[in-house]
Amino acid sequence: MSEATIFELSSPGRVGFQFPELDVPQFDLPKNLLRKDLDLPELSEIDVIRHFTRLSSLNYSIDKGFYPLGSCTMKYNPRINEVTSRLSGFSFSHPLQPIETVQGNLFLMFQLQEWLKEITGFKAITLQPAAGAQGEFVGCLIIRAYHQDRKDDKRKIILVPDSAHGTNPASTTMAGFEVVNIPSDKRGNVDIPALRSVCNENVAGLMLTNPNTLGLFDENILEIINIVHQAGGLVYGDGANLNALLGIVRPADLGIDVMHFNLHKTFSTPHGGGGPGSGPVGVSKELSDFLPEPLVGILEKGDEEVPPLYGFIKPPKSIGRIKSFHGHFGVLVRAFTYINMLGKDGLRKVSEYAVLNANYLMQKLKNNYTLPFDRPCMHEFVLEGVWKDIPDLHALDIAKRLMDYDFHPPTNYFPLIVKEALMIEPTETESKQTLDRFAEVMLKIADEAHNDPQLLHDAPHHTPVSRLDEVKAARDLVLCCWPVKDI
Amino acid sequence: MFIPHTEDERKVMLETIGKTSLEELFSVVPQKYRFPNLDLPAGLTEMEALEQIQDLAQANEACDDLICFLGAGAYDHYIPAAVDSLLRRGEFFTAYTPYQPEISQGTLQAIFEYQSLIAHLTGMEVCNASHYDGATAAAEACITAFHHFQGKRKTFLLSPALHPDYRATIRTYLCGFEGTSIQGDESHQDPLSSLDNLISSIDENTALVLVQYPDFFGRIFDLASLIKKAHKTGSLVAVAVNPIALGLLKAPGDFGVDIVVGDGQPLGIPLSFGGPTLGIFATRKELIRKVSGRLVGESVDAQGRRGYVLTLTAREQHIRREKATSNICTNQGLMALAATIYLSLLGKQGLRKISELCYHKAHYAAQKIGKLKGFSVKTDTPFFNEFIVECPRSISQINNSLSDHGFLGGYDLANISPTLENHMLIAVTEKISKEMIDFFCEKLVEVSNE
Amino acid sequence: MKIPADLKYTNTDEWVKVDGKIITIGITDYAQNHLSDLVYCGLKAEKDKLVSKGELIVEIDSVKASAEVNSPVSGKIIDTNQSLASTPEVINTDPYGNGWFYKVEISNLADLDKLMSAADYEKYCETRGN
Repeated sequence: MSEATIFELSSPGRVGFQFPELDVPQFDLPKNLLRKDLDLPELSEIDVIRHFTRLSSLNYSIDKGFYPLGSCTMKYNPRINEVTSRLSGFSFSHPLQPIETVQGNLFLMFQLQEWLKEITGFKAITLQPAAGAQGEFVGCLIIRAYHQDRKDDKRKIILVPDSAHGTNPASTTMAGFEVVNIPSDKRGNVDIPALRSVCNENVAGLMLTNPNTLGLFDENILEIINIVHQAGGLVYGDGANLNALLGIVRPADLGIDVMHFNLHKTFSTPHGGGGPGSGPVGVSKELSDFLPEPLVGILEKGDEEVPPLYGFIKPPKSIGRIKSFHGHFGVLVRAFTYINMLGKDGLRKVSEYAVLNANYLMQKLKNNYTLPFDRPCMHEFVLEGVWKDIPDLHALDIAKRLMDYDFHPPTNYFPLIVKEALMIEPTETESKQTLDRFAEVMLKIADEAHNDPQLLHDAPHHTPVSRLDEVKAARDLVLCCWPVKDI
Repeated sequence: MFIPHTEDERKVMLETIGKTSLEELFSVVPQKYRFPNLDLPAGLTEMEALEQIQDLAQANEACDDLICFLGAGAYDHYIPAAVDSLLRRGEFFTAYTPYQPEISQGTLQAIFEYQSLIAHLTGMEVCNASHYDGATAAAEACITAFHHFQGKRKTFLLSPALHPDYRATIRTYLCGFEGTSIQGDESHQDPLSSLDNLISSIDENTALVLVQYPDFFGRIFDLASLIKKAHKTGSLVAVAVNPIALGLLKAPGDFGVDIVVGDGQPLGIPLSFGGPTLGIFATRKELIRKVSGRLVGESVDAQGRRGYVLTLTAREQHIRREKATSNICTNQGLMALAATIYLSLLGKQGLRKISELCYHKAHYAAQKIGKLKGFSVKTDTPFFNEFIVECPRSISQINNSLSDHGFLGGYDLANISPTLENHMLIAVTEKISKEMIDFFCEKLVEVSNE
Repeated sequence: MKIPADLKYTNTDEWVKVDGKIITIGITDYAQNHLSDLVYCGLKAEKDKLVSKGELIVEIDSVKASAEVNSPVSGKIIDTNQSLASTPEVINTDPYGNGWFYKVEISNLADLDKLMSAADYEKYCETRGN
């Protein structure tokens, strides 16, 4: 039974929210600029509450169960974050208020910058990017600005490993570079000879995810970074997988020049059904002049009596502004809360247990599923969701069947270099019990695949809807609650 | 803190994988850099952390205490209690992007409803699931136009009355697109000029003309002749809107606009020091394949039940990779939900009502302030809820004094142009009562005499 | 995997039917199978216009993939299959028949020498696996 839309629930004359009456005189409205109709739905407050409550019950969520989406880091979202971000001093602060009136905000941002610097080893941080992809774009622009500043305008290429997330080449192109793909070797590392062969004076940089999307820490990381640096290029780190590295290693120490972090992955801020996220970017000293504006800095040093005055600064060779105002402050408060609570030891425990959980789960599944790269993993690992003896059964079918057992499937079909990939990232907030149960179910599904494959082909059976016709959705485009004629 | 493992469980798990300590898991990390000693404070309990963070929040003076006459792209509107109550449901905020539609129908239908509401509000045929904010949506509009003309048209005309953050963001975004040129809003242009300059600059090289409606200064212009000229030369027109204003004003789609962008913060999203907000992006159907960002479409499942899925995904980065028109992945899902709930609560009558309240209160304030000695209202066109006032002293001095009386004064337009020194941009929302306006006027006179 | 013997092929999975100086272009059964259900076909080249070898002439999208077709020859477009815009699925069901994209009058016959025979294309497909 499908849920009616707000347009279908609408009843003429209903009002869900009342405003006070107008207490000033009425002025003339510019008649030629007024709209004639406004066909929005009319619902009462109870209609709205019921409708969205019912919709919410159709969703799977971390609050409901295990969500092993590789590279998404679906860890538990602490409730305290939802309290701190809603403190009225934060939520009612206007971005353009005089800085003296928002020192609480500015201190929080400054401290978060300092903490992220300490955790990752970078010398300067911007909190402005709205998401990881925007952080990548910023990183590419910084690389571009760096080479232009050195009057080196031959460097038009950025190298991207074939295992990279799609945002990597997309961000690279948006920044005006050409993408050259680098293959991985048999152990899942970047292929060194291939890298050497393309590293020359036309290369602006390499975009590297480490651990990579196979969940593997590159065994030759220092050599790779050195090769790129020797050729005069910079190394960009995609920090989506930072959950494996907190307190374990600082990416800047390895030689990475610029990197984004995903606060909505590593630092527990919620995914929100598709955002909002936050993608701060850290840079080496050489690149700090190019960061976007504004950064938060100390405008006036304090002393024993008076605290410092925090404010906004524009880096001298800034690539410019990348969005309005200062960044996703509401998300920054949550990440700040998290780091504040975890502290030094807590952060390291995160990575230790994230990696323990992944290796444990991998061990429990490797006998029944093909492991394309059989070496210890970091915080995630990839399996092949296919068996040679049942070629018409795909990773998709396994994913859909998992839903019948109340699990969210792992990431499907990514990275592209593993066929029928199932990328599994348990995160550190899952207990051994949950992992054992998941492994049990995966083994049961492997069994079903061999003995009763139709169960998988027709899955899911127990969800609010079954498999949807994606071809029809794309061919008969209906993107609104009323017909949009002939797209 | 959020890690459930006991000592015993850890031991058993390590045994299972043939290790004796957690350190062994990281032997692949170069030893020289392994296990750095981070200079970070010790962890805190929830109680301790909350106390510290509350101190920070309390160190601010914010619009829960101050009476806010500041707008300039972020507005202090009232947020109905039902909005946050629904947003706090873990089924919404702890869910991921709806890539598995069978277990994400809540998120997908909500986005579908969002798309529908915005399409209707703006008069456009297609609306995406959101961009980060108005500024990045405006930048993406330029990129959409660039790809629409396959790179053959390279000029982007921006109105000088477009929000300064939008103009700056567009410049940053377009720097990777060879040969493109951004014109119309250069520093020598009078920011308060009419649209005539812009209209006369439109030619066959123009990919996109971008104006704001109401503009940054709150003014409303009839865009008919601009659109006519643009379409005559084959250029696209994009308009940046304030969605609250659309409760009253003609929808841009109804007068031929090609792309509508804007910031949805006024729709049930708290100020929150400027973020996260909501990027509105809606277009005519012809541009759909160049539209960036997610799209939710309607379909049916195997049993014929209606359901929703992400569609036209072949445009996006996870499929097109370097050929994608945009790199956007995570967007502003939860904020789009907030806007959907807000608009559902207000509905047809409520949105019209809030729009009228803002309009009339702003006009009342303008009328009163215009009569104060030393102050004059510079806005000489129709306007929505913001207007320009020329003041007898510098705005920072006036605002400083106003804050002693519990006011957050308007935006200092000297930030836009030296010709606007001593000019303030005042915004009035439905939260401002007649008494507050009267009191504000009293204090303006006082502080100007100090 | 159908590979009609009387056609020529490219290593980017286009087929070419040669009829003197007029050629017809489409994509192969291998290609349509790989892309799966097509939902969009955008013909970029216009009738009576010139096209260069390697120029982008078609954009096709399926639910899970997107692909571009580049012209295997230089010449003048003499006919386009407009019906594909509303029924892209024909490319899946009849790739060598009603799924044709363009008819081109070629300007340089030597361009045809670069094309593969059906036998060579079959071998090529085998090396790529599925």
